[in-house]
Amino acid sequence: MSNEKSCCCSTDNCCSILPIALSDNNVTMYDKNDEWVTGEIYTPKGRVPVVSTKLSFKDKLGAWKVRWGIGRKNYRINPGLYAVGKPDQNSPVLVSANYKLTFDTLRKELSGLNCWILILDTKGINVWCAAGKGTFGTEELVSRIYRTGLSGIVSHRKLVLPQLGAPGVSAHEVTKQTGFAVTYGPVRAKDIKAFWDSGFQATEEMRTVKFTMWDRLVLTPVELVSAAKTSLMVFGILFLINLFAARPFGLADFIAYVGAVITGTVITPLLLPVIPGRAFAWKGWLLGLFWTLAFICQSGWFASGYLLPSIGYLLALPALSAYLAMNFTGSSTYTSFSGVIKEMKIAVPLIALSFAVGVVLLLINSIGI
Amino acid sequence: MKLRYLKNVATLYLAVEKCIGCGRCAEVCPHRVFRVEEKKAKIEDRDSCMECGACARNCPVNAVTVKAGVGCAQAVIVGWLTGTEPTCDCSSGEACC
Repeated sequence: MSNEKSCCCSTDNCCSILPIALSDNNVTMYDKNDEWVTGEIYTPKGRVPVVSTKLSFKDKLGAWKVRWGIGRKNYRINPGLYAVGKPDQNSPVLVSANYKLTFDTLRKELSGLNCWILILDTKGINVWCAAGKGTFGTEELVSRIYRTGLSGIVSHRKLVLPQLGAPGVSAHEVTKQTGFAVTYGPVRAKDIKAFWDSGFQATEEMRTVKFTMWDRLVLTPVELVSAAKTSLMVFGILFLINLFAARPFGLADFIAYVGAVITGTVITPLLLPVIPGRAFAWKGWLLGLFWTLAFICQSGWFASGYLLPSIGYLLALPALSAYLAMNFTGSSTYTSFSGVIKEMKIAVPLIALSFAVGVVLLLINSIGI
Repeated sequence: MKLRYLKNVATLYLAVEKCIGCGRCAEVCPHRVFRVEEKKAKIEDRDSCMECGACARNCPVNAVTVKAGVGCAQAVIVGWLTGTEPTCDCSSGEACC
């Protein structure tokens, strides 16, 4: 039950084989060295690992690393059934994804409760993103119910799913195939206790997705890291150009460029609700324009005959910020596919044209044709 | 301040005559687009729809239709470049093991 929706972009995609405590009588395979497993509970179907509801330093460090895009594709736990507290055959079953960040977000809200957690194999992707792809889906849920022997472990026939799993799961279909009835829980894991205490009733508030400044802030490092990787190539090309440039690129150009990148990847996402307009590219362009104008004025380029690079930057940098801001649609929680297509049909040609002309002007200025 | 995206774009459609008023759509919608009144669902705020598809997938009588997709520019660009349907998955999509 994580409220993040980040598009899952990375090239490294290989998973290592988890060292597994293999035994005939385990419902769920797990690594004995994992400190978040505190014991085992015996069920008619075999042993189930009991998990801690406290996050260790290692868990927190792991969360910080994936927020910066380090090892994000392989931060996962084994799918299967886990126990919290001392659950019995009457305890509720909560369903979640096998992205470790999601699992940690969920279990830290369950202190003092006795329940089961059924973890689906979402390939290490959070609930919402996985539901969109269908990996957090009807088929996986049904097969996981059978593979864990859940109906022999609990006597009731109820599952609590995170509401954001609904794009992938057809509740009535699950009931038809397994006999388990589906209740959708709150969007955010932090509301689970209140949901639990009110007899599994979610309020309108609990059912609504938000996108707070903090939500947006934690998503920006990944955007920044991704832009920085591409930027290294840009710097490499500029270095080569500098070898034979009449006016080589220098510190001022570096600052102007980095400012535009940060404007698109961090500042625009953070200020999203207060920037006028609705399209992300527009918002990024507007702030990028402010940044570029401020930079040019500050460096006194207008006054000192740097007209060509000034115009070049005014065309290239806001376009760059616009492009980066547009990519934040994938991290946002409220953009529709139809809306993004509409935005892009207008924005992409303008961005490409403006950027290309700007870069040509900058190159002309630098090489000194 | 509620964040709102472009107006009049959502492909969400509700066939009211099929609706049995079970309320699943209102339950699963992350942006509270639906309201159930007198045993019938009603689209109250179409412009908040992000086309996640939760309502359509959970409607037991197929009264709700929406062209579900990812609202992600990067996915769309990859889709344009590779000629495939945009998915929220910029990597190869298949785990290697």
